[in-house]
Amino acid sequence: MAETATAAPALAAGTRQESLASRQRRRWRLIIALRLAVLIVTIGGWELGVRAGWLDPFFFGQPSGIVDKLIDWIQNGTAIGPLWKQVWVTIYEAGAGFLIGAVMGVLCGIVLGRNQLLADVFSIYIKIANSIPRVVLGSIFIVALGLGSPSKIALAVVMVFFVVFANAFQGVREADKNLIANARILGASNWQVTRAVVLPSALSWILASLHVSFGFALIGAIVGEFLGAREGMGLLIATAQGSFDSNGVFAAMIVIAVVALIAEWILMLIEDRLLTWRPEASHND
Amino acid sequence: MSANSPSAVELKNVARRFVTPSGDVLSALEDFDLSIAPGEFCAVVGPTGCGKSTTLGLIAGLAQPQGGSVTLFDAPVTGVDRRVGFVFQQDAVFPWRDVLGNVMAGPLFRGVPRAKAEAEARDWIARVGLKGFEAHHPHQLSGGMRKRVALAQTFINKPQVLLMDEPFSALDVQTRELMQEELLQLWAQAGSAVLFVTHDLDEAILLADRVAVLTTRPARVKSVHTIDLPRPRNVATLRYDERFIAIARRISDDLREEVLRARAEH
Repeated sequence: MAETATAAPALAAGTRQESLASRQRRRWRLIIALRLAVLIVTIGGWELGVRAGWLDPFFFGQPSGIVDKLIDWIQNGTAIGPLWKQVWVTIYEAGAGFLIGAVMGVLCGIVLGRNQLLADVFSIYIKIANSIPRVVLGSIFIVALGLGSPSKIALAVVMVFFVVFANAFQGVREADKNLIANARILGASNWQVTRAVVLPSALSWILASLHVSFGFALIGAIVGEFLGAREGMGLLIATAQGSFDSNGVFAAMIVIAVVALIAEWILMLIEDRLLTWRPEASHND
Repeated sequence: MSANSPSAVELKNVARRFVTPSGDVLSALEDFDLSIAPGEFCAVVGPTGCGKSTTLGLIAGLAQPQGGSVTLFDAPVTGVDRRVGFVFQQDAVFPWRDVLGNVMAGPLFRGVPRAKAEAEARDWIARVGLKGFEAHHPHQLSGGMRKRVALAQTFINKPQVLLMDEPFSALDVQTRELMQEELLQLWAQAGSAVLFVTHDLDEAILLADRVAVLTTRPARVKSVHTIDLPRPRNVATLRYDERFIAIARRISDDLREEVLRARAEH
Protein backbone atom coordinates (compact mmCIF):
# COMPACT_ATOMS: atom_id res chain seq x y z
CA MET A 1 0.00 0.00 0.00
CA ALA A 2 2.99 2.28 0.54
CA GLU A 3 3.77 2.26 -3.18
CA THR A 4 0.29 3.37 -4.21
CA ALA A 5 0.40 6.12 -1.62
CA THR A 6 3.45 7.70 -3.25
CA ALA A 7 2.06 7.20 -6.75
CA ALA A 8 -1.38 8.76 -6.31
CA PRO A 9 -1.95 10.28 -2.88
CA ALA A 10 -5.62 11.20 -3.36
CA LEU A 11 -6.59 7.81 -4.69
CA ALA A 12 -4.47 6.08 -2.09
CA ALA A 13 -6.21 7.94 0.72
CA GLY A 14 -9.54 6.77 -0.66
CA THR A 15 -8.52 3.14 -0.89
CA ARG A 16 -6.85 3.25 2.46
CA GLN A 17 -10.09 4.43 4.05
CA GLU A 18 -12.00 1.72 2.27
CA SER A 19 -9.52 -0.90 3.32
CA LEU A 20 -9.78 0.30 6.92
CA ALA A 21 -13.54 -0.27 6.85
CA SER A 22 -13.22 -3.63 5.19
CA ARG A 23 -10.42 -4.62 7.54
CA GLN A 24 -12.67 -3.79 10.46
CA ARG A 25 -15.45 -5.87 8.94
CA ARG A 26 -13.08 -8.75 8.38
CA ARG A 27 -11.86 -8.54 11.95
CA TRP A 28 -15.45 -8.62 13.22
CA ARG A 29 -16.18 -11.71 11.13
CA LEU A 30 -13.07 -13.37 12.52
CA ILE A 31 -14.17 -12.62 16.09
CA ILE A 32 -17.59 -14.15 15.49
CA ALA A 33 -16.02 -17.22 13.91
CA LEU A 34 -13.64 -17.61 16.85
CA ARG A 35 -16.47 -17.19 19.34
CA LEU A 36 -18.42 -19.94 17.59
CA ALA A 37 -15.31 -22.11 17.54
CA VAL A 38 -14.87 -21.71 21.32
CA LEU A 39 -18.52 -22.68 21.84
CA ILE A 40 -18.32 -25.70 19.55
CA VAL A 41 -15.04 -26.93 21.02
CA THR A 42 -16.32 -26.61 24.59
CA ILE A 43 -19.73 -28.20 24.08
CA GLY A 44 -18.42 -30.70 21.52
CA GLY A 45 -15.52 -31.66 23.79
CA TRP A 46 -17.92 -32.15 26.66
CA GLU A 47 -20.25 -34.31 24.56
CA LEU A 48 -17.34 -36.29 23.12
CA GLY A 49 -15.77 -36.73 26.53
CA VAL A 50 -18.99 -38.25 27.81
CA ARG A 51 -19.40 -40.52 24.78
CA ALA A 52 -15.79 -41.65 24.97
CA GLY A 53 -16.28 -42.50 28.63
CA TRP A 54 -13.82 -39.91 30.08
CA LEU A 55 -16.56 -37.95 31.82
CA ASP A 56 -19.28 -39.56 33.87
CA PRO A 57 -22.64 -38.13 32.72
CA PHE A 58 -24.06 -38.98 36.13
CA PHE A 59 -21.98 -36.20 37.66
CA PHE A 60 -21.31 -33.87 34.77
CA GLY A 61 -24.38 -34.24 32.56
CA GLN A 62 -24.24 -34.33 28.81
CA PRO A 63 -25.08 -31.53 26.33
CA SER A 64 -27.43 -33.65 24.26
CA GLY A 65 -29.07 -34.84 27.46
CA ILE A 66 -29.52 -31.23 28.60
CA VAL A 67 -31.16 -30.32 25.30
CA ASP A 68 -33.43 -33.37 25.57
CA LYS A 69 -34.30 -32.33 29.10
CA LEU A 70 -35.19 -28.79 27.99
CA ILE A 71 -37.36 -30.11 25.16
CA ASP A 72 -39.02 -32.52 27.56
CA TRP A 73 -39.72 -29.74 30.05
CA ILE A 74 -41.15 -27.50 27.37
CA GLN A 75 -43.34 -30.26 25.89
CA ASN A 76 -44.39 -32.24 28.95
CA GLY A 77 -43.71 -29.90 31.84
CA THR A 78 -41.35 -30.47 34.77
CA ALA A 79 -41.71 -32.73 37.78
CA ILE A 80 -43.19 -29.81 39.75
CA GLY A 81 -45.47 -28.37 37.06
CA PRO A 82 -45.24 -26.57 33.70
CA LEU A 83 -41.88 -24.91 32.97
CA TRP A 84 -43.29 -21.48 32.12
CA LYS A 85 -44.97 -21.41 35.54
CA GLN A 86 -41.65 -21.99 37.33
CA VAL A 87 -39.93 -19.36 35.21
CA TRP A 88 -42.71 -16.88 35.78
CA VAL A 89 -42.71 -17.40 39.55
CA THR A 90 -38.97 -16.76 39.73
CA ILE A 91 -39.17 -13.72 37.44
CA TYR A 92 -42.04 -12.35 39.52
CA GLU A 93 -40.16 -12.81 42.80
CA ALA A 94 -36.89 -11.43 41.46
CA GLY A 95 -38.65 -8.55 39.67
CA ALA A 96 -40.74 -7.54 42.68
CA GLY A 97 -37.72 -7.78 44.98
CA PHE A 98 -35.64 -5.81 42.51
CA LEU A 99 -38.20 -2.99 42.20
CA ILE A 100 -38.81 -2.68 45.94
CA GLY A 101 -35.12 -2.94 46.80
CA ALA A 102 -34.07 -0.48 44.11
CA VAL A 103 -36.67 2.14 45.07
CA MET A 104 -35.81 1.81 48.76
CA GLY A 105 -32.09 1.93 47.98
CA VAL A 106 -32.40 5.05 45.83
CA LEU A 107 -34.59 6.85 48.37
CA CYS A 108 -32.35 6.03 51.33
CA GLY A 109 -29.23 6.82 49.31
CA ILE A 110 -30.53 10.26 48.38
CA VAL A 111 -31.83 11.11 51.86
CA LEU A 112 -28.60 10.07 53.56
CA GLY A 113 -26.45 11.51 50.79
CA ARG A 114 -28.09 14.92 51.19
CA ASN A 115 -28.19 14.93 54.99
CA GLN A 116 -24.85 14.79 56.77
CA LEU A 117 -26.33 14.17 60.23
CA LEU A 118 -28.44 11.20 59.13
CA ALA A 119 -25.48 9.85 57.18
CA ASP A 120 -23.22 10.06 60.25
CA VAL A 121 -25.81 8.39 62.49
CA PHE A 122 -26.80 5.55 60.18
CA SER A 123 -23.55 4.82 58.36
CA ILE A 124 -22.32 2.49 61.10
CA TYR A 125 -25.53 0.44 61.11
CA ILE A 126 -25.51 0.15 57.36
CA LYS A 127 -21.92 -1.04 57.49
CA ILE A 128 -22.87 -3.69 60.04
CA ALA A 129 -25.96 -4.79 58.11
CA ASN A 130 -23.93 -4.94 54.93
CA SER A 131 -21.37 -7.24 56.52
CA ILE A 132 -23.98 -9.88 57.37
CA PRO A 133 -24.01 -12.64 54.76
CA ARG A 134 -27.47 -11.78 53.54
CA VAL A 135 -28.29 -15.17 52.06
CA VAL A 136 -28.56 -16.45 55.63
CA LEU A 137 -31.48 -14.11 56.13
CA GLY A 138 -33.35 -16.34 53.67
CA SER A 139 -33.87 -18.90 56.42
CA ILE A 140 -35.37 -16.27 58.70
CA PHE A 141 -37.62 -14.95 55.96
CA ILE A 142 -38.92 -18.44 55.21
CA VAL A 143 -39.66 -19.05 58.88
CA ALA A 144 -41.32 -15.65 59.19
CA LEU A 145 -43.07 -15.30 55.85
CA GLY A 146 -43.71 -18.91 54.84
CA LEU A 147 -43.01 -20.95 51.75
CA GLY A 148 -44.79 -18.59 49.31
CA SER A 149 -43.44 -15.70 47.26
CA PRO A 150 -43.13 -13.07 50.04
CA SER A 151 -40.12 -14.73 51.67
CA LYS A 152 -38.29 -14.86 48.31
CA ILE A 153 -39.18 -11.28 47.50
CA ALA A 154 -37.89 -10.22 50.90
CA LEU A 155 -34.58 -11.97 50.29
CA ALA A 156 -34.29 -10.39 46.84
CA VAL A 157 -35.05 -6.95 48.37
CA VAL A 158 -32.27 -7.37 50.91
CA MET A 159 -29.84 -8.50 48.22
CA VAL A 160 -30.66 -5.52 45.98
CA PHE A 161 -31.05 -2.78 48.58
CA PHE A 162 -27.47 -2.47 49.75
CA VAL A 163 -25.94 -2.40 46.29
CA VAL A 164 -28.32 0.27 45.04
CA PHE A 165 -28.13 2.22 48.28
CA ALA A 166 -24.35 2.32 48.28
CA ASN A 167 -24.28 3.53 44.68
CA ALA A 168 -27.04 6.11 45.09
CA PHE A 169 -25.32 7.44 48.23
CA GLN A 170 -21.98 7.67 46.48
CA GLY A 171 -23.57 9.22 43.39
CA VAL A 172 -25.20 11.92 45.51
CA ARG A 173 -21.92 12.60 47.29
CA GLU A 174 -20.04 12.86 44.02
CA ALA A 175 -22.45 15.41 42.53
CA ASP A 176 -20.39 18.30 41.19
CA LYS A 177 -20.10 21.04 43.84
CA ASN A 178 -19.98 23.70 41.13
CA LEU A 179 -23.24 22.53 39.61
CA ILE A 180 -24.90 22.60 43.03
CA ALA A 181 -23.54 26.09 43.73
CA ASN A 182 -24.67 27.24 40.30
CA ALA A 183 -28.20 25.89 40.84
CA ARG A 184 -28.41 27.56 44.26
CA ILE A 185 -27.33 30.92 42.88
CA LEU A 186 -29.76 30.57 39.98
CA GLY A 187 -32.45 30.38 42.65
CA ALA A 188 -33.00 26.67 43.34
CA SER A 189 -34.41 25.58 46.69
CA ASN A 190 -32.95 22.54 48.45
CA TRP A 191 -35.55 20.29 46.90
CA GLN A 192 -34.95 21.80 43.46
CA VAL A 193 -31.21 21.24 43.84
CA THR A 194 -31.90 17.60 44.69
CA ARG A 195 -34.22 17.13 41.74
CA ALA A 196 -32.42 19.17 39.12
CA VAL A 197 -28.79 18.48 39.97
CA VAL A 198 -28.22 15.73 42.50
CA LEU A 199 -30.60 13.16 41.08
CA PRO A 200 -29.49 13.46 37.44
CA SER A 201 -25.82 13.30 38.37
CA ALA A 202 -26.40 10.29 40.63
CA LEU A 203 -28.40 8.60 37.89
CA SER A 204 -25.48 7.04 36.08
CA TRP A 205 -24.24 5.57 39.37
CA ILE A 206 -27.70 4.26 40.18
CA LEU A 207 -28.20 2.74 36.76
CA ALA A 208 -24.82 1.05 36.93
CA SER A 209 -25.85 -0.57 40.20
CA LEU A 210 -29.15 -1.73 38.71
CA HIS A 211 -27.27 -3.88 36.19
CA VAL A 212 -25.51 -5.77 38.96
CA SER A 213 -28.42 -5.87 41.30
CA PHE A 214 -30.91 -7.58 39.00
CA GLY A 215 -28.49 -10.51 39.08
CA PHE A 216 -28.56 -10.32 42.88
CA ALA A 217 -32.36 -10.26 42.89
CA LEU A 218 -32.36 -13.41 40.79
CA ILE A 219 -29.91 -15.06 43.18
CA GLY A 220 -32.09 -14.00 46.14
CA ALA A 221 -35.21 -15.47 44.57
CA ILE A 222 -33.53 -18.73 43.57
CA VAL A 223 -31.73 -19.24 46.87
CA GLY A 224 -35.02 -18.54 48.64
CA GLU A 225 -36.74 -21.17 46.54
CA PHE A 226 -33.86 -23.51 47.19
CA LEU A 227 -34.32 -23.12 50.94
CA GLY A 228 -38.01 -23.94 50.79
CA ALA A 229 -40.71 -23.30 48.23
CA ARG A 230 -43.62 -24.82 46.38
CA GLU A 231 -42.64 -23.64 42.91
CA GLY A 232 -39.97 -21.75 41.02
CA MET A 233 -36.65 -22.35 39.28
CA GLY A 234 -34.84 -22.79 42.58
CA LEU A 235 -37.17 -25.59 43.55
CA LEU A 236 -36.73 -27.11 40.10
CA ILE A 237 -32.97 -27.19 40.64
CA ALA A 238 -33.38 -28.58 44.15
CA THR A 239 -35.70 -31.30 42.80
CA ALA A 240 -33.25 -32.21 40.03
CA GLN A 241 -30.46 -32.30 42.59
CA GLY A 242 -32.54 -34.56 44.82
CA SER A 243 -32.98 -37.08 42.02
CA PHE A 244 -29.31 -36.89 40.95
CA ASP A 245 -30.38 -35.42 37.61
CA SER A 246 -27.39 -33.27 36.61
CA ASN A 247 -28.86 -32.62 33.16
CA GLY A 248 -31.87 -31.07 34.91
CA VAL A 249 -29.63 -28.76 36.97
CA PHE A 250 -27.82 -27.59 33.86
CA ALA A 251 -31.07 -27.15 31.93
CA ALA A 252 -32.46 -24.98 34.72
CA MET A 253 -29.24 -22.99 34.73
CA ILE A 254 -29.62 -22.27 31.03
CA VAL A 255 -33.20 -21.09 31.48
CA ILE A 256 -32.08 -18.74 34.28
CA ALA A 257 -29.21 -17.43 32.18
CA VAL A 258 -31.65 -16.57 29.38
CA VAL A 259 -33.86 -14.69 31.85
CA ALA A 260 -30.86 -12.78 33.19
CA LEU A 261 -29.65 -11.84 29.71
CA ILE A 262 -33.09 -10.57 28.69
CA ALA A 263 -33.32 -8.50 31.86
CA GLU A 264 -29.86 -7.07 31.21
CA TRP A 265 -30.90 -6.10 27.70
CA ILE A 266 -34.06 -4.36 28.94
CA LEU A 267 -32.04 -2.45 31.55
CA MET A 268 -29.62 -1.33 28.85
CA LEU A 269 -32.50 0.03 26.76
CA ILE A 270 -33.79 1.96 29.78
CA GLU A 271 -30.32 3.30 30.51
CA ASP A 272 -29.85 4.50 26.94
CA ARG A 273 -33.21 6.25 27.12
CA LEU A 274 -32.42 7.96 30.41
CA LEU A 275 -28.87 9.03 29.63
CA THR A 276 -29.34 10.49 26.16
CA TRP A 277 -27.55 13.66 27.26
CA ARG A 278 -24.27 11.84 27.68
CA PRO A 279 -21.68 11.98 24.94
CA GLU A 280 -21.67 8.76 22.91
CA ALA A 281 -19.38 7.00 25.31
CA SER A 282 -17.98 3.54 25.77
CA HIS A 283 -20.36 1.11 24.18
CA ASN A 284 -18.20 -1.92 23.81
CA ASP A 285 -20.77 -4.47 22.73
CA MET B 1 -18.84 56.29 44.20
CA SER B 2 -21.18 58.99 45.43
CA ALA B 3 -21.78 59.14 49.13
CA ASN B 4 -25.58 59.05 49.00
CA SER B 5 -26.14 55.86 47.00
CA PRO B 6 -25.13 52.62 48.76
CA SER B 7 -22.42 50.41 47.35
CA ALA B 8 -23.62 47.39 45.41
CA VAL B 9 -21.06 45.29 47.22
CA GLU B 10 -19.09 46.22 50.29
CA LEU B 11 -16.56 44.12 52.16
CA LYS B 12 -15.25 45.57 55.43
CA ASN B 13 -12.44 44.01 57.47
CA VAL B 14 -13.47 40.63 56.15
CA ALA B 15 -11.63 37.57 57.43
CA ARG B 16 -12.08 34.04 56.19
CA ARG B 17 -10.09 31.15 57.64
CA PHE B 18 -10.05 27.44 56.93
CA VAL B 19 -9.03 24.54 59.08
CA THR B 20 -6.76 22.31 57.03
CA PRO B 21 -7.02 18.51 57.31
CA SER B 22 -3.84 18.54 59.41
CA GLY B 23 -5.55 20.85 61.92
CA ASP B 24 -3.76 24.10 61.03
CA VAL B 25 -5.74 27.26 60.55
CA LEU B 26 -5.23 28.73 57.14
CA SER B 27 -6.12 32.35 56.63
CA ALA B 28 -7.46 33.06 53.15
CA LEU B 29 -8.62 36.62 53.72
CA GLU B 30 -7.59 39.03 56.45
CA ASP B 31 -8.70 42.68 56.84
CA PHE B 32 -10.17 42.63 53.37
CA ASP B 33 -11.79 45.90 52.25
CA LEU B 34 -13.41 46.45 48.88
CA SER B 35 -16.49 48.26 47.67
CA ILE B 36 -18.13 48.29 44.28
CA ALA B 37 -20.61 50.94 43.13
CA PRO B 38 -23.84 49.98 41.35
CA GLY B 39 -23.12 49.41 37.68
CA GLU B 40 -19.37 49.46 38.17
CA PHE B 41 -17.07 46.90 36.57
CA CYS B 42 -14.37 45.98 39.05
CA ALA B 43 -11.66 43.44 38.32
CA VAL B 44 -9.58 41.68 40.94
CA VAL B 45 -6.14 40.31 40.11
CA GLY B 46 -3.72 38.51 42.35
CA PRO B 47 -1.33 35.59 42.64
CA THR B 48 -2.75 32.10 42.14
CA GLY B 49 -4.46 30.69 45.19
CA CYS B 50 -4.53 33.98 47.07
CA GLY B 51 -8.21 33.83 47.96
CA LYS B 52 -9.87 35.50 44.99
CA SER B 53 -12.50 32.79 44.63
CA THR B 54 -13.08 32.80 48.37
CA THR B 55 -14.11 36.44 48.14
CA LEU B 56 -16.71 35.66 45.51
CA GLY B 57 -18.10 32.79 47.58
CA LEU B 58 -18.62 35.17 50.51
CA ILE B 59 -20.48 37.71 48.40
CA ALA B 60 -22.60 35.00 46.78
CA GLY B 61 -23.62 33.75 50.20
CA LEU B 62 -22.12 30.30 49.61
CA ALA B 63 -19.86 30.79 52.63
CA GLN B 64 -19.81 33.04 55.69
CA PRO B 65 -16.88 35.18 56.85
CA GLN B 66 -15.34 34.64 60.29
CA GLY B 67 -14.88 38.35 60.74
CA GLY B 68 -15.95 41.68 59.29
CA SER B 69 -19.03 42.35 57.21
CA VAL B 70 -20.18 41.62 53.68
CA THR B 71 -23.07 43.75 52.47
CA LEU B 72 -25.12 44.05 49.30
CA PHE B 73 -26.77 47.45 48.93
CA ASP B 74 -26.18 48.06 52.66
CA ALA B 75 -27.87 44.80 53.72
CA PRO B 76 -25.70 42.05 55.20
CA VAL B 77 -25.40 38.85 53.16
CA THR B 78 -27.10 36.02 55.02
CA GLY B 79 -27.45 33.46 52.26
CA VAL B 80 -27.76 33.13 48.53
CA ASP B 81 -29.17 36.42 47.29
CA ARG B 82 -31.49 36.66 44.31
CA ARG B 83 -29.83 39.80 43.03
CA VAL B 84 -26.54 38.00 42.54
CA GLY B 85 -25.40 36.15 39.44
CA PHE B 86 -22.31 33.94 39.27
CA VAL B 87 -20.29 32.73 36.30
CA PHE B 88 -17.95 29.91 37.26
CA GLN B 89 -14.45 29.12 36.10
CA GLN B 90 -15.29 25.54 35.21
CA ASP B 91 -18.29 24.46 33.23
CA ALA B 92 -21.25 24.72 35.53
CA VAL B 93 -24.00 24.30 32.96
CA PHE B 94 -26.14 21.22 33.56
CA PRO B 95 -24.88 18.51 31.20
CA TRP B 96 -28.22 16.65 31.18
CA ARG B 97 -30.22 19.65 30.03
CA ASP B 98 -30.20 21.08 26.54
CA VAL B 99 -29.33 24.72 25.93
CA LEU B 100 -32.92 25.88 26.32
CA GLY B 101 -33.34 23.91 29.54
CA ASN B 102 -30.13 25.37 30.91
CA VAL B 103 -30.98 28.97 30.14
CA MET B 104 -34.52 28.73 31.49
CA ALA B 105 -33.36 26.97 34.68
CA GLY B 106 -33.04 30.19 36.68
CA PRO B 107 -36.51 31.59 35.97
CA LEU B 108 -38.07 28.15 36.56
CA PHE B 109 -36.27 27.80 39.90
CA ARG B 110 -37.60 31.24 40.80
CA GLY B 111 -41.17 30.31 39.99
CA VAL B 112 -41.64 32.05 36.63
CA PRO B 113 -44.38 30.30 34.59
CA ARG B 114 -42.97 27.87 32.05
CA ALA B 115 -44.19 29.67 28.90
CA LYS B 116 -42.76 33.00 30.03
CA ALA B 117 -39.47 31.43 31.11
CA GLU B 118 -39.15 29.72 27.75
CA ALA B 119 -39.84 32.91 25.80
CA GLU B 120 -37.23 34.78 27.84
CA ALA B 121 -34.75 31.95 27.44
CA ARG B 122 -35.17 31.92 23.66
CA ASP B 123 -34.57 35.66 23.61
CA TRP B 124 -31.35 35.30 25.65
CA ILE B 125 -30.15 32.39 23.56
CA ALA B 126 -30.50 34.58 20.48
CA ARG B 127 -28.71 37.45 22.22
CA VAL B 128 -25.64 35.35 22.97
CA GLY B 129 -25.64 34.07 19.40
CA LEU B 130 -26.77 30.50 20.00
CA LYS B 131 -29.98 30.60 17.99
CA GLY B 132 -30.48 27.18 16.41
CA PHE B 133 -28.66 25.36 19.22
CA GLU B 134 -31.61 25.31 21.63
CA ALA B 135 -31.90 21.51 21.57
CA HIS B 136 -28.16 20.80 21.80
CA HIS B 137 -26.68 19.32 24.93
CA PRO B 138 -23.54 20.91 26.43
CA HIS B 139 -21.26 18.07 25.32
CA GLN B 140 -22.19 18.88 21.72
CA LEU B 141 -20.98 22.48 22.09
CA SER B 142 -17.51 24.01 22.08
CA GLY B 143 -16.03 25.53 25.22
CA GLY B 144 -16.86 29.04 24.01
CA MET B 145 -20.45 28.10 23.26
CA ARG B 146 -20.84 26.55 26.70
CA LYS B 147 -19.61 29.83 28.17
CA ARG B 148 -22.27 31.65 26.16
CA VAL B 149 -24.85 29.32 27.66
CA ALA B 150 -23.49 30.14 31.11
CA LEU B 151 -23.69 33.88 30.36
CA ALA B 152 -27.29 33.61 29.10
CA GLN B 153 -28.16 31.45 32.11
CA THR B 154 -26.83 34.14 34.43
CA PHE B 155 -28.02 37.28 32.64
CA ILE B 156 -31.59 35.98 32.26
CA ASN B 157 -31.97 36.45 36.02
CA LYS B 158 -31.10 40.15 35.61
CA PRO B 159 -28.49 40.19 38.38
CA GLN B 160 -27.68 43.53 39.96
CA VAL B 161 -24.40 42.10 41.12
CA LEU B 162 -22.51 39.82 38.77
CA LEU B 163 -19.66 37.74 40.14
CA MET B 164 -17.27 36.15 37.67
CA ASP B 165 -14.59 33.69 38.69
CA GLU B 166 -11.96 33.54 35.94
CA PRO B 167 -14.79 32.73 33.53
CA PHE B 168 -12.71 32.75 30.35
CA SER B 169 -9.48 31.22 31.61
CA ALA B 170 -10.17 27.83 30.02
CA LEU B 171 -10.80 29.28 26.55
CA ASP B 172 -8.29 29.71 23.74
CA VAL B 173 -7.03 33.22 23.10
CA GLN B 174 -9.26 34.01 20.10
CA THR B 175 -12.42 32.73 21.76
CA ARG B 176 -11.54 34.56 24.93
CA GLU B 177 -11.31 37.86 23.06
CA LEU B 178 -14.73 37.30 21.49
CA MET B 179 -16.24 36.44 24.85
CA GLN B 180 -14.73 39.53 26.48
CA GLU B 181 -16.28 41.66 23.76
CA GLU B 182 -19.60 39.89 24.23
CA LEU B 183 -19.47 40.33 27.99
CA LEU B 184 -18.88 44.07 27.67
CA GLN B 185 -21.91 44.39 25.41
CA LEU B 186 -24.15 42.38 27.71
CA TRP B 187 -22.91 44.33 30.70
CA ALA B 188 -23.51 47.68 28.97
CA GLN B 189 -27.17 46.71 28.52
CA ALA B 190 -27.68 45.09 31.91
CA GLY B 191 -25.89 47.70 34.02
CA SER B 192 -24.95 45.24 36.76
CA ALA B 193 -22.15 45.81 39.19
CA VAL B 194 -19.46 43.30 38.21
CA LEU B 195 -16.73 41.74 40.28
CA PHE B 196 -14.49 39.97 37.83
CA VAL B 197 -11.75 37.77 39.23
CA THR B 198 -8.88 36.91 36.92
CA HIS B 199 -5.18 36.17 36.98
CA ASP B 200 -4.81 37.82 33.57
CA LEU B 201 -3.90 41.48 34.09
CA ASP B 202 -4.55 42.41 30.45
CA GLU B 203 -8.05 41.02 30.69
CA ALA B 204 -8.66 42.97 33.90
CA ILE B 205 -7.56 46.26 32.35
CA LEU B 206 -9.46 45.70 29.09
CA LEU B 207 -12.73 45.08 30.87
CA ALA B 208 -12.79 46.98 34.12
CA ASP B 209 -13.38 50.48 35.47
CA ARG B 210 -11.17 49.68 38.43
CA VAL B 211 -8.58 46.97 39.01
CA ALA B 212 -7.82 45.81 42.53
CA VAL B 213 -4.50 44.03 43.10
CA LEU B 214 -4.51 41.53 45.94
CA THR B 215 -1.60 40.54 48.14
CA THR B 216 -0.49 36.96 48.56
CA ARG B 217 -2.25 34.91 51.24
CA PRO B 218 -3.80 36.08 53.48
CA ALA B 219 -5.28 38.30 50.81
CA ARG B 220 -5.77 42.02 51.29
CA VAL B 221 -6.37 44.68 48.72
CA LYS B 222 -2.87 45.94 47.99
CA SER B 223 -3.83 48.72 45.60
CA VAL B 224 -6.74 49.88 43.48
CA HIS B 225 -6.16 51.36 40.04
CA THR B 226 -8.75 53.36 38.13
CA ILE B 227 -8.78 52.49 34.44
CA ASP B 228 -9.82 55.65 32.61
CA LEU B 229 -9.93 54.14 29.14
CA PRO B 230 -13.00 55.37 27.25
CA ARG B 231 -15.96 53.10 26.56
CA PRO B 232 -17.16 51.41 24.44
CA ARG B 233 -13.84 49.58 24.27
CA ASN B 234 -12.60 47.48 21.42
CA VAL B 235 -10.98 44.50 23.06
CA ALA B 236 -9.11 43.46 19.92
CA THR B 237 -7.29 46.75 19.34
CA LEU B 238 -7.19 48.34 22.78
CA ARG B 239 -4.34 46.15 24.00
CA TYR B 240 -2.01 47.88 21.51
CA ASP B 241 -3.09 51.35 22.64
CA GLU B 242 -0.36 53.38 24.38
CA ARG B 243 -2.59 54.31 27.29
CA PHE B 244 -3.37 50.64 27.84
CA ILE B 245 0.30 49.77 27.82
CA ALA B 246 1.12 52.53 30.29
CA ILE B 247 -1.56 51.32 32.71
CA ALA B 248 -0.52 47.70 32.30
CA ARG B 249 3.10 48.57 33.08
CA ARG B 250 2.11 50.46 36.21
CA ILE B 251 -0.08 47.69 37.60
CA SER B 252 2.09 44.80 36.56
CA ASP B 253 4.99 46.02 38.72
CA ASP B 254 2.60 45.97 41.62
CA LEU B 255 1.35 42.51 40.77
CA ARG B 256 4.73 40.97 40.07
CA GLU B 257 5.90 41.85 43.56
CA GLU B 258 3.09 39.75 45.01
CA VAL B 259 3.52 36.89 42.58
CA LEU B 260 7.20 36.68 43.46
CA ARG B 261 6.42 36.80 47.14
CA ALA B 262 3.81 34.05 46.72
CA ARG B 263 6.37 31.91 44.91
CA ALA B 264 8.97 32.47 47.62
CA GLU B 265 6.55 31.27 50.27
CA HIS B 266 5.62 28.00 48.55
